[in-house]
Amino acid sequence: MFSFFLLTGILIISLFFFLLGYNRAKNLINLNQKNLHSLTHYYGIFCSLSALLPTLGVFFIFTICDDLVFAELVKEYIPNEVINSKDYNFTIVLAQINNSVEGLIFGTPPQWITNAAEIWKSWVIKSNILTMIVCAITILTSGFLSYKKIHSEFRSRNAVEKIVMTILAVSSVIAILTTIAIIFSVVFESIRFFALIPYDEFLFGTVWNPQFEGAERAGSGQEGLSQYGAIPLFAGTFLISIIALCVSVPIGLFSAIYLSEYASSKERAFFKPLLEVLAGIPTVVYGFFAALTVAPFLRSSGSMLGLDIASESALAAGLVMGIMIIPFISSLSDDVINAVPQSLRDAGYGLGSTKNETVMKIVLPAALPGVVASIILAVSRAVGETMIVVMAAGLAANLTANPLEAVTTVTSQIVTILVGDQEFESAKTLSAFALALTLIIITLGMNFYALHVVKKYREQYE
Amino acid sequence: MLCMLLKNTENNMNKKIINPEEATNIVKNSIVKRRSKDSRLKLFGRAAIGLAVCFLLFLFYSIFTKGYPGFFQYYVTLDINFDRERIDPKGDLSDNSLFDGDASAIVNESLFSIIEPKGRKEKKLAKKIVSSGKDVRIAKMVKDDPGLFGTVTQVKFALDDDIDSFLRGYIKRETPESERRINDKVIGFIDKLNEEGRISYEFSDYILSGSASGNPEMAGIKGAFIGSLLTLSVCLLIAFPLGVATAVYLEEIAKKNRITEIIEVNINNLAAVPSVVFGIMGLAIFISIFGMPRSIPLVGGMVLALMTLPTIIISSRAAIRAVPPSVRDAAYGIGASKLQVIFHHVIPLAMPGMLTGTIIGMAQALGETAPLLMIGMVAFIVDIPNSVVDPGTVLPVQIFMWADFAERMFIQKTSAAIIVLLGFLIAMNALAVYLRKKLERRW
Repeated sequence: MFSFFLLTGILIISLFFFLLGYNRAKNLINLNQKNLHSLTHYYGIFCSLSALLPTLGVFFIFTICDDLVFAELVKEYIPNEVINSKDYNFTIVLAQINNSVEGLIFGTPPQWITNAAEIWKSWVIKSNILTMIVCAITILTSGFLSYKKIHSEFRSRNAVEKIVMTILAVSSVIAILTTIAIIFSVVFESIRFFALIPYDEFLFGTVWNPQFEGAERAGSGQEGLSQYGAIPLFAGTFLISIIALCVSVPIGLFSAIYLSEYASSKERAFFKPLLEVLAGIPTVVYGFFAALTVAPFLRSSGSMLGLDIASESALAAGLVMGIMIIPFISSLSDDVINAVPQSLRDAGYGLGSTKNETVMKIVLPAALPGVVASIILAVSRAVGETMIVVMAAGLAANLTANPLEAVTTVTSQIVTILVGDQEFESAKTLSAFALALTLIIITLGMNFYALHVVKKYREQYE
Repeated sequence: MLCMLLKNTENNMNKKIINPEEATNIVKNSIVKRRSKDSRLKLFGRAAIGLAVCFLLFLFYSIFTKGYPGFFQYYVTLDINFDRERIDPKGDLSDNSLFDGDASAIVNESLFSIIEPKGRKEKKLAKKIVSSGKDVRIAKMVKDDPGLFGTVTQVKFALDDDIDSFLRGYIKRETPESERRINDKVIGFIDKLNEEGRISYEFSDYILSGSASGNPEMAGIKGAFIGSLLTLSVCLLIAFPLGVATAVYLEEIAKKNRITEIIEVNINNLAAVPSVVFGIMGLAIFISIFGMPRSIPLVGGMVLALMTLPTIIISSRAAIRAVPPSVRDAAYGIGASKLQVIFHHVIPLAMPGMLTGTIIGMAQALGETAPLLMIGMVAFIVDIPNSVVDPGTVLPVQIFMWADFAERMFIQKTSAAIIVLLGFLIAMNALAVYLRKKLERRW
């Protein structure tokens, strides 16, 4: 609430500076009886921007940093015997204190937590006052400094444009920052994971059985209790992707051929968006559909045929995922097939071939790189897909090639491990980050490969 | 390609040359086969599209038939004696006073007067027929209209979810008593209520205005809906300006050099990163390092904004590229500066395309679940969030949570929530299509 009011205050004051700058420019025009270099409103914008931006920076730094600083400071108020005790965990203690600050008190917390919470509250008030004062000083000084700059020779439009250009350039860096943040968050935790578990066990182990056992893996006679062999997860992911491809590749490809070669333009305009609807349905809906409609259906029809299908089977998840990725194949392939120049088709017809022969022997081979790329992209989509497998494929890490059994995938393990409360120190939590790292590497690798295929084998026409 | 053709001709040349008559015959004989092959391919294509459309229709059909009953539920009408002494002992209509009051006992008495249970055991069973939200309902009614005090009014109460499932026929009378969730005595009570005409099947007033609840008969999507709204507004406020600014910078301002190339590759890579990874990033950066609280729409919106950013950037760039250079030249020609050209001419002309991309990105964000699970928006939260820093959940996550619950009635409620979600997605996409059709200009 406090931040909200402060932000509104900052915005109002910068608006006020706009009016100041605007009026000063007007007065200058009246005084000198001569137009200024820039339009009047640029002087206002210059004033308000140069007041607003530094203040916003200060504001964000303060609001982000205060909790971090408090967390450091509060360490002094934790009694030594708690710190020295065996199961001391600072994150949990911090959470307890924070809950106490917010008035969420479960049972009767120890006295020192209540004390720390009281001190924390007083810090919050102090830091709020401090933030307010610093913001006020920044906005007033930078505002008045920019106000003083305005005189008859000042080129405010150029100044404003410089500021705006910088803002644009900075925002384009956000994309890079996001990538760095992703890599940073995944790689660091993965390194910690591989310090606990050797990477060859992770990559080549065949048993996946994570358990919470604290940071220490060795000792306490619990060795071998949890195992981090990711092969079953990769196998499950692979199995489900294969099933999905078996559904989506024939349907997607034949749809694409029909839409681009046989369909009238009206049919095409109707069916192409209709197929794309399949890609727009939220994955959680597919997951629900797979778990509550497809899986029971498969189970009952399987028992009629004498097959024992698990209620959470790879088949159900794979089938539904196949439906989901149909549009990725059909739409992309359709675009690629359409891009094959008409002259090739005409040449085929000129030689007396039927439409089938033209499509199969001339158009498709020419469009093949694009088609392959679309399939690879669809696979990378299937590998990274989460909700369907979480809801329909189960959690049992079976190493099996039987689509009727329950399998688990990389993404569904990530979700099960990281949802809910977790200790950040345990190998189990860290394993999710290692899984995420492999997931990123696999999907990005596939995307690069798809691009490479397109680039390398693309036929250059004209 | 060409090589293959050449090879083929070479092979053919090696064969002995056949006379034209023979050739015509060969072609004539094969033509039926070739034509049938042709129509087979066409048939396959039709079948493939038909199959895909069938899947789509079946999906919608299955969700709709399951979800339509979820908007309705069974109610029982009881005569409630609004005795102020008992409902509002302190007489000031405060929450405290209403909480101290004895509204549920009044409801139970009214119920007992109809079904006449004998003994404590039967009474205990009978009490469970009406949903446990009955006192809240009465409290709300007297707050809205204190004039009810002192009157005897007919009030509708939701029935417990097991009774509801029984009335819908999911729990069968024929099943042996020990395998049913409700026993014969309760069924007798329900029959009695039915004979009196007390039970009605009506549009549920919980599904749209209720919040998350462990009792399926009282569960509703309002909390999740508002959470979705808050999350999406944060997402929009961050992603739209950032996306447009990046697109403008890359298309109009930046020179083609190493750095812009890196940015472009980056954006394409981000579009390919699985959504769950964005959730992990949110967990590690926003929650662990910046110390932001879990389950709040602010963090959810930030994560979704980063996720939808590539979509918005890519479509905005396409829209900017579609603005013809002549427009820019004309603006330069009358003395506009670079930024004036961009902000006064290029952006307004590219706006429809940018908006279309943004709406599609927002639709993506609205349906996204996995990253929000990672940042803890899966917590069970009863209160409806008032601001972006109150803990809350969103529609898709609510659907995911409900799908996990065992009670039969949650299946209908989940499907009903899905219908609402799909309704919004269809509306957003239709808006995008409309904008594209209406505002897009061909140059």
